[in-house]
Amino acid sequence: MPDPAAVPPALPPADRLQRAFAAEIAAAVAKYPAGRQASAVLDLLYLAQAAYGRITTEAIEEVAAVLEMDPTQVRGVVGFYSLFKEEPHGRFVIHYCTDLPCALRGADAFLPRVCRAFGVPGPGETSPDGLFSVEEAMCLAACDRAPMMQVNLSYFHDLTDERLDGIVAALKAKAAAGEAVGPPFGFGSVRGVAEGVPSVEAPS
Amino acid sequence: MPEQHIVLRHRAIPHLDRLDVYVANGGYVQLKRAVTSMTPAEVIDLVKQSGLRGRGGAGFPTGLKWSFVPAGIDKPRYVVVNNDESEPGTFKDHEITLSNPHQFIEGAAIAAYAIGARDVYIYSRGEFWDEMVHLKACIAEARAAGHLGQNLFGTDYGVEVHVTPGAGAYICGEETALLNSLEGELGQPRLKPPFPAVAGLYACPTVVNNTETLANVPQIMERGPEWYKAIGTEKSPGTKIISVSGHVARPGNYEVPLGTPFAEVLALAGGVWQGRAMKALLPAGASAPVIPAETAMGMNCDWESVAATGSILGSASFIVLDETTDMAWVAYKTVRFFQHESCGKCSPCREGTFWMKKILTRVVHGEATAADIPLLGDVVRQIDSKCFCPLGEFALSAPRSTLAQFEGDYLGHVGAPRP
Repeated sequence: MPDPAAVPPALPPADRLQRAFAAEIAAAVAKYPAGRQASAVLDLLYLAQAAYGRITTEAIEEVAAVLEMDPTQVRGVVGFYSLFKEEPHGRFVIHYCTDLPCALRGADAFLPRVCRAFGVPGPGETSPDGLFSVEEAMCLAACDRAPMMQVNLSYFHDLTDERLDGIVAALKAKAAAGEAVGPPFGFGSVRGVAEGVPSVEAPS
Repeated sequence: MPEQHIVLRHRAIPHLDRLDVYVANGGYVQLKRAVTSMTPAEVIDLVKQSGLRGRGGAGFPTGLKWSFVPAGIDKPRYVVVNNDESEPGTFKDHEITLSNPHQFIEGAAIAAYAIGARDVYIYSRGEFWDEMVHLKACIAEARAAGHLGQNLFGTDYGVEVHVTPGAGAYICGEETALLNSLEGELGQPRLKPPFPAVAGLYACPTVVNNTETLANVPQIMERGPEWYKAIGTEKSPGTKIISVSGHVARPGNYEVPLGTPFAEVLALAGGVWQGRAMKALLPAGASAPVIPAETAMGMNCDWESVAATGSILGSASFIVLDETTDMAWVAYKTVRFFQHESCGKCSPCREGTFWMKKILTRVVHGEATAADIPLLGDVVRQIDSKCFCPLGEFALSAPRSTLAQFEGDYLGHVGAPRP
């Protein structure tokens, strides 16, 4: 396991990940047996996404250097999964489910209202103020609470126009309150972002 | 038949996700009993006797799976918990993780003791981000209280439980793809054999079990295999959480004895919504052949009974479709999912799901011609049985079964633009 305090003198050209998350990197690598540090690649990519704001070439190179992997292999992993963002995105990444179970309960028809609430022209786009990116998502395992979405991977269920407005206002207030850098997307979790706007909770 | 909560015990016990509440309700007693007074073989025998079958989809006998870990191999062993719940319509492991996490953590630790593993990896889908924070806190608290960790209960045995995030890939629910993902590789399936019990994580003996499966284990040990076996049917013992979604009045998780009539499960979910009649059922999310309402209403919910209808129980994610549902659109939605989730390893799946989506997109947008319908059937036949893992086959279930049973829904689109 690489000791973050003992990074070799020839630092990789980029070290933002290690400067920001030395303890988290050590904890992630420590979960796996000696010599199996590549297992921590997903853990580290989330951290790199936080440190660099998105998965850039430098982020990939630093993850590869830390885990002694080939950068090409790390790039392949990045491209394979949905939750690593290589393109610039808003501070809050909205994954709105339009998969079959949600669509049966009106999710497709509600999508334009979600986009309007976040000030986004359409799915796949970011609001002009850079706060919100809305993406259509495949099933998010909350089909009993449709329409539903995740914001920076925190759940928001049973969406209505009114609740959407409340969530947007709470997120804008959070953004105005200052930087909250962290995984998963460069901006941190918004769990419990506002009173009366549930994120994690048990299904009723 | 009412619900019976073996896994969803939190429905009756508030705050069961808290360690003190879980311990006050018998928590970690069975792990202690296993580690301090039973041999690993006795634990495996007990689980075998209960008849517990895997709840992730395949329904493979759990005790038998554990017994496949070979003795006398001088390598570490691992337990991997498949908490990568991604099948459309499935949201049971999500509820367990949030509301009854200790029960599956204890089950995983018991499994680890039974196969001689000292590390458990809980592979959770990345979207369970806040849930993983919660899960890690639960594990740390249990460890600090001496229910996990080294020199467990004063013995030489020790077990560490780790949480690993996925990153948004349905295919990683397939156990060998999950293992590749856990090793830092692309999450693509491996050729079997060797099976994970012989060569799994890091080519070491590994048991991969679903979250719900493991959550049953502490209760089976507490109440005994005979008690468990008396619930459900002879071949499908115990309860099963059925995730009911779609056109019902009360979508949600319902834990019922296996073999419960579908009509009763539908009634628990409040029946079909808006006073409508049911058209069909997808019993295993996007992966199952569709079952017409009439057949479904006479069906019991266990592996054998659902298989007898020509479909599969899978992980029991019941998507109910009412009489207004356009079955060609249903096929479009499922194929769209599989096209997005195809891992790209096999050409028939990678290219075939792309072409099926293209045809079905034309169909639902009223841009198809009559020739597109047999063309879709041709593409289905060309993918059939030519893929490495089940994803390619699952992608065919909805188009093939809807073409066979609801062809009229397709014909209605030909030349007729969708309103």
